[in-house]
Amino acid sequence: MRFRSIAIGRLLWWSPLLTLLVLVAAGCAENYPQTTLDPRGEFARMVDDVFMTTVRWAILVFVLVEGALVVAIIKFRGKPDDPEPKQIHGSSVLEVVWTVIPAVILVMVAIPTIKVIFETAKEPADAMVVEVIGHQWWWEFRYPEYGITTANEMYVPVDRTVDLRMVSDDVVHSFWVPQFAAKRDVFPNRETRMWFNTEVTGEFPGQCAEFCGIQHARMGFRVVSVEVAEFDSWVAGMSAATEPVSVEGDSVALAGQQLFLTKACIGCHSFNAAAPPPGQIGPNLANIGSRTMIAAGMLENTDENMARWISDPQGYKEGSLMVIAGEITEAELAALVAYLRAQQVVASPPVVADIQ
Amino acid sequence: MATSAVEHAAPDAPAAHSKTGVWSWITTVDHKRIGIMYGVSAFVFFMFGGLEALLLRIQLGSADNTFLSPDVYNQLFTMHGTTMIFLGVMPLSAMFFNFMIPLQIGARDVVFPRLNSFSFWMFLVGAIVLNVSFLFNAAPNAGWFGYANLTETQYSPGLNTDFWVIGLMALGVASLAAAVNFFVTIINMRAPGMRLLRMPMFVWMSFITQVLLLLAFPIITVALIFLMADRYFGANFFQPDANGDPMLWQHLFWIFGHPEVYILILPPFGIVSEILPVFSRKPLFGYAAMVFSGAFIAVLGFGVWSHHMFATGMGPIADASFGLLTLLIAIPTGVKIFNWIGTIWGGSLQMKTPMYFALGFIAMFIIGGLSGIMHAAVPADLQQTDTYFVVAHFHYVLFGGSIFALLAGAYYWMPKMFGFMLNERIGKIQFWLMFIGFNITFFPMHFLGLHGMPRRVYTYPEGLGFEFWNLIETAGSMLLGFSFLVFIWNIWLSKRAGVAAPADPWDGATLEWSIPSPPQEFNFAEIPTVHARDPLWEQKRSQGRPLPEPPRVSGEGIHLPNPSVKPLITALGIGVFFTGFLLGSPWPIPASLTINLPVVLIGFAMTAYGILSWAFEPA
Ligand code: HEC
Ligand SMILES: [Cu+2]
Repeated sequence: MRFRSIAIGRLLWWSPLLTLLVLVAAGCAENYPQTTLDPRGEFARMVDDVFMTTVRWAILVFVLVEGALVVAIIKFRGKPDDPEPKQIHGSSVLEVVWTVIPAVILVMVAIPTIKVIFETAKEPADAMVVEVIGHQWWWEFRYPEYGITTANEMYVPVDRTVDLRMVSDDVVHSFWVPQFAAKRDVFPNRETRMWFNTEVTGEFPGQCAEFCGIQHARMGFRVVSVEVAEFDSWVAGMSAATEPVSVEGDSVALAGQQLFLTKACIGCHSFNAAAPPPGQIGPNLANIGSRTMIAAGMLENTDENMARWISDPQGYKEGSLMVIAGEITEAELAALVAYLRAQQVVASPPVVADIQ
Repeated sequence: MATSAVEHAAPDAPAAHSKTGVWSWITTVDHKRIGIMYGVSAFVFFMFGGLEALLLRIQLGSADNTFLSPDVYNQLFTMHGTTMIFLGVMPLSAMFFNFMIPLQIGARDVVFPRLNSFSFWMFLVGAIVLNVSFLFNAAPNAGWFGYANLTETQYSPGLNTDFWVIGLMALGVASLAAAVNFFVTIINMRAPGMRLLRMPMFVWMSFITQVLLLLAFPIITVALIFLMADRYFGANFFQPDANGDPMLWQHLFWIFGHPEVYILILPPFGIVSEILPVFSRKPLFGYAAMVFSGAFIAVLGFGVWSHHMFATGMGPIADASFGLLTLLIAIPTGVKIFNWIGTIWGGSLQMKTPMYFALGFIAMFIIGGLSGIMHAAVPADLQQTDTYFVVAHFHYVLFGGSIFALLAGAYYWMPKMFGFMLNERIGKIQFWLMFIGFNITFFPMHFLGLHGMPRRVYTYPEGLGFEFWNLIETAGSMLLGFSFLVFIWNIWLSKRAGVAAPADPWDGATLEWSIPSPPQEFNFAEIPTVHARDPLWEQKRSQGRPLPEPPRVSGEGIHLPNPSVKPLITALGIGVFFTGFLLGSPWPIPASLTINLPVVLIGFAMTAYGILSWAFEPA
């Protein structure tokens, strides 16, 4: 009996710790495609190194200081009628020691910090420029080298440094690609810069990180990192996309083409990736048929989701700037979806998800 | 028998004017009553803020949840932050400033009692303006940091931001009035013999806080006036199209905002520095170092604002400078933590509820401090900023820090304030519930942030791996919320049990424990003379412990300031004046007039009347 109760007592004592371990293990088992802890590019790796330096020092300090606290609490627990403890007012030696030791630790943190600040600030050489334009609640990407405009999906060739030039069309946003780089705010009145390269192929999510209004939560995007050849064919396809992809012969999609005009979609959207008409408030839709996500990285690009989005953008993304006048019937929806699905300048990307 | 009872009662009877009834509270200029009004209203708002947080947590409990609409979520997170900072932690500290500073320095009241009353009413006006917005479904929704140019009319057309601007302006007036008052009070009203380096640590930290308030609040007020000018009168301070600059807002906001962080944490530092020595039965370790590290933190606090803006791309030189200065703050902060541990080391720890909370404070604040160092490593911050990692950090500092310490203060000082003891057992239960609930709620936020969850998002999609920890956090937050119900329950039960608090229940070191609990209106029948730090310990050492219970005396002949309603009239006048800015013009022309001129003028007249009649009223 006695043994058992001791065993149970032990178990009770350890159970919070066990629960904690189980929880952390469960948490670790999750897949985190947007994590900062698994860098896949040089910028993010340098940042991660600095972070891990701070973590190591933090754990050391944590153990020592919290340890001292716990020891003190256990060791010096008193009773009301205990004699008055020795009245100590301080100790200059100790106080100097615990001013100097943290200072030394801080220097150890400061050195890599300063180093990486300056390294990441360097102008990258031989980089592909991509202009990033933040819009309330989607992202526009332009490739001045190739004269291409696209939205919400940034194609990049693997291993090539990308030099971002960023500006906002409205309020302050922040461009964040955790696995390749970090964050940089995007302002309406100044250009900000950041660079990154990708060391692997695959699709990686990113997200706006500065509160920018009602749909800040749904202002995502993808970085699609592909082999150079594949990138070149994407560029070729996009530069040729001055007209919508022809749907001649497909009567449903042809109806959709008509509806795209009559439902005024054309007022806000264009399929011209090479020379988009200026002043349109919606994302460029060239290649929309083969993007993986729609509505700023938040809905998977299936026919059902596409139909849902077109018929009720406000229902899915309340406050979004896509407003449809009037009702759209089921048949009209099907036609529009067929038409949009046909808009593929490259075949659906064959990229294998290379995430973790 | 009967006559002697009457005779005994006589000295207790109210002296000059009636001291009961609602009117006596409305017109009171007694710093203790004002303190209690601050405390009660702040606690109510704090509970509001907590409720808002719980709603946010429910929404985030699962991916793509639709419990709250995006706009309601944005209103709630904005109000949660604004409330906790301006209507929760700050006025809870103000409660202790009001009640305890005069007692700890051996004074009968503050220097400007009516200004004190005015600051409370002004606070209430601001708090009500902010919260009334909910009735119009137009609560502020652009974040407590209100980043321009999102707050400009074209992106925030509703009244939401107007409520925020006006509410914060009113609160700024309240804070400045209080800061002037306590600054002068601490300088001028100390009992004979209480030299600066004999002041209790709570008074010291409060003093530094007043300096911060005096320097920081004008800056946010300027920023708010700019924003108001943009929104109401077509100015262009933050309008990029007209060469205004949203970055200007960020600088102004954080030059205020970073010192604000120390405004929130220094008074709790002071509270903990009072409690640890008393319950360790040993003086504060390194008193002078504590004072100077507090002052050093405050000075540095004005030089690090841009560490909130590393992601804006200020360039490597600015990043490096602000990063280094921020790292530097860790040194005085570390000194404080080590000195606290030095205080309990070798002591005889009396594990009463206030001590639990004070020790919990140290344990949690260390964690918040360490994640703070990670933010100061600029490149690391470029990943962490605007993610849940930061949310974890500042909750460890402001909840694990400030709130734990404020509760320590509540358990420590409420017997003095209200004259009854709180239940120890329930107090400890509350501590453990809160401690566990707090860590379950906030620790996983470190993981979420590092794994890529941005903050201020009303939802997150499936597939990013955020579901698991969010659900755990939501569960933890319920426990945390519940712990505050236990606190209320404790107060209620303890009040009913009515265990009278002696003058000095904890073997205290400072002057407030030398007078009856609750104190009489005049505080000290005789102004004490101070001969040392920890004056009451000093006295007990020479006269023997425990001291006899101090008698309640009549206070005949002690001059006290007269009650006055003028401060309330003035505050209401300002409230009416501001309301005119929320109502819109009653006339169609001129179309550019966006304010209700008649109401504004009435408010102006009321304010002017309040101030003038106040000036000529005999104090
Ligand atoms: C008033 C302008 C406007 C009109 C009209 C409009 N859209 Fe949009 N559309 C937008 C905006 C703005 C977005 C980006 C919304 C967001 O993600 O917040 C968008 C997004 C989309 C997307 C997703 C694009 C992407 O990159 O993820 C599709 C598809 C789309 N619209 C199709 C249509 C169709 C079909 C119509 C006509 C029935 C239409 N739109 C009419 C403004 C408009
Ligand atoms: Cu954004």
